[in-house]
This record gives sequence, structure tokens and C-alpha cells, in this order.
Amino acid sequence: MPYTAKIKVTLRQSILDVQGKAVEHALKNLGYQSVESARIGKYIEVTINEEDPVQAERIGNEICQKLLSNPVMENYSLELEKVN
Amino acid sequence: MADVTVGVVVFPGSNCDHDTEHAVASFDGVRPLMLWHNEHDLQGVKAIILPGGFSYGDYLRAGSIARFSPIMQEVIEFARKGFPVLGICNGFQVLLESKLLEGALSRNRDKKFLCTQTTIKAVNCSTIFTSLYSEGQVLRIPIAHGEGNYFAPAEVIESLEEHEQIVFRYCDAEGNVSDGSNPNGSVKNIAGIINRQGNVLGLMPHPERASEKLLGSDDGRSLLASLFRHIAGV
Repeated sequence: MPYTAKIKVTLRQSILDVQGKAVEHALKNLGYQSVESARIGKYIEVTINEEDPVQAERIGNEICQKLLSNPVMENYSLELEKVN
Repeated sequence: MADVTVGVVVFPGSNCDHDTEHAVASFDGVRPLMLWHNEHDLQGVKAIILPGGFSYGDYLRAGSIARFSPIMQEVIEFARKGFPVLGICNGFQVLLESKLLEGALSRNRDKKFLCTQTTIKAVNCSTIFTSLYSEGQVLRIPIAHGEGNYFAPAEVIESLEEHEQIVFRYCDAEGNVSDGSNPNGSVKNIAGIINRQGNVLGLMPHPERASEKLLGSDDGRSLLASLFRHIAGV
């Protein structure tokens, strides 16, 4: 049974997120004064055809570190879900 | 003596490859050789140029997919052996993604794609790419990028400074390096860096677009001339 890896890639806090800033300003302009900040990232779904969840997770982490995120400026989070 | 060949790598989405080819071909004794991204053979070239553009549509992150193309495996090996590799704009992004250079390039501070003339200062002229410039020389070389905001952790910046790896900084026409002369928000106004070994240079400005008077500036020509003097003595 394959797994779906649900991956979120976000800019590190120390990196200025110019898109997030623009959205934050737009939300404030709309009158949402309680909006404190907005950050924009990427959401990626990868189907991994592995039976073993440990193996699927290993591959998920490996592809995040190798290609899907750039550790110099981004963080990622990974969630595995069984495909039925 | 036969011409020395210089490889210009062409990725799907490269768009400064022919400008670079034209600039290289304008030197006597040097011949450009276009190398398609799927190739494995560098065909005896003496240096490699990764041109500007939007390799693989800049999908995911600029340069991230190009880094895994077949030709890049050869280019990485070529660089590790000490041969000269020059990355311009998207080529610089590819070099960072390939970890041949340290750091990363993120979205410009003001969100805009910037296509404009800039002035940069040559701050290290003892490299094989800058030997024909004089220390502190101010150069008019254009930029054209959306993601040129150079970033690296503080300890990397310190190490780059300590080893004189910062080669170009954005400055004003008088050569003052300040926040006002920083087009994209790059840390310390960094426009170009070199690796510790001194054979891999990446920069955001386009020297090939400033390689003839007709283009408004030929200040970039000496960068190519320095490199070609090194590899071919021309």
C-alpha cells in the first residue's frame, strides 16, 4: 500500500518572507487589525510506493533534504498518510 | 595553435546562453561549445560557463532541478578537479544549489523582478576571473533577476570575508557600498562570491551583457578576458 507524503516547506524565520509581508499588509488594509503576521510556503504531495512506513518516511526525509527544500533558507515538515 | 574551447551549458529555460556564446566567440583563440543538459561528456573544454535564464522554469527553487541534470554531475566533478567554472545569474543559483558555493539566493527584498543597470565594485582582483580589474574598480554591469537576494548564515559570511571570497559588491556610481546601493537586499551587498579553491565564481550581474560598447558598457569584458588569459594565455 503506498503512502502519501504531505510536505510543507517554509522559509526559516530569519529569512525575510517578502510574499508573506505583502499578504500581511493586505490583510491589515482589509481591516483585520488582529492579524499579526503571514508567512507563505509550499505544500507538496508525493506518493511513495512502499509497504513499510519506516522506509516511506526515510525516503520522504531524504527527498526533502536532497531536493524539495534548501536547508540554507528553508525548513520542512513531513506527514505520512496511508493511501487506501 | 588550436582554439581553446569553453563550454556553455544549455538547460531547458536558459536564455542567456547565446549572449554568452556571442561574448565568448568575440575573443581570439577561444571557441564556445554549447553543452546540452542531457550530455555526459564535457568534450575537453577548459572552462565551463553556466549562463543566465530560468533553467527548468525555476520550478521548486531557482537552480534546484538543474543541479541534478546529467551535465551538472560532470560539471561538479570538473570543478572539484580545479577547472574554472563561472555561474552567471541563474548559473550562480545552480552553483549554490550544487553546493559548489555556499549560501542561497532568495526573493529580492522589494519583491520585484529587477532588470536594470547596476554598479558593482571588484573587491578581490587576485582571482583568475578578476585579474584584469584593479582593486576597488567600479563596473557598470546589468542585473536581471527576481531571486538575487544573497543569504548565508553569519558564520559563513564571516568565513567568506576572512578568506576574501567576496569578489563583487553592489555599490553606487562613486563606489560607496551602502544599503541604498543594494538593489535586492543581499547580505553585505554581495553580488558575487568565489569558492575557497578559487576556481568557481558565481555572480548575479551579467558580464556578457556588458561586453561591448554597443551594449552601453564593456565593463564585463575583462571578467571573461581574465578567465581566458588564465586558461589559454590569450
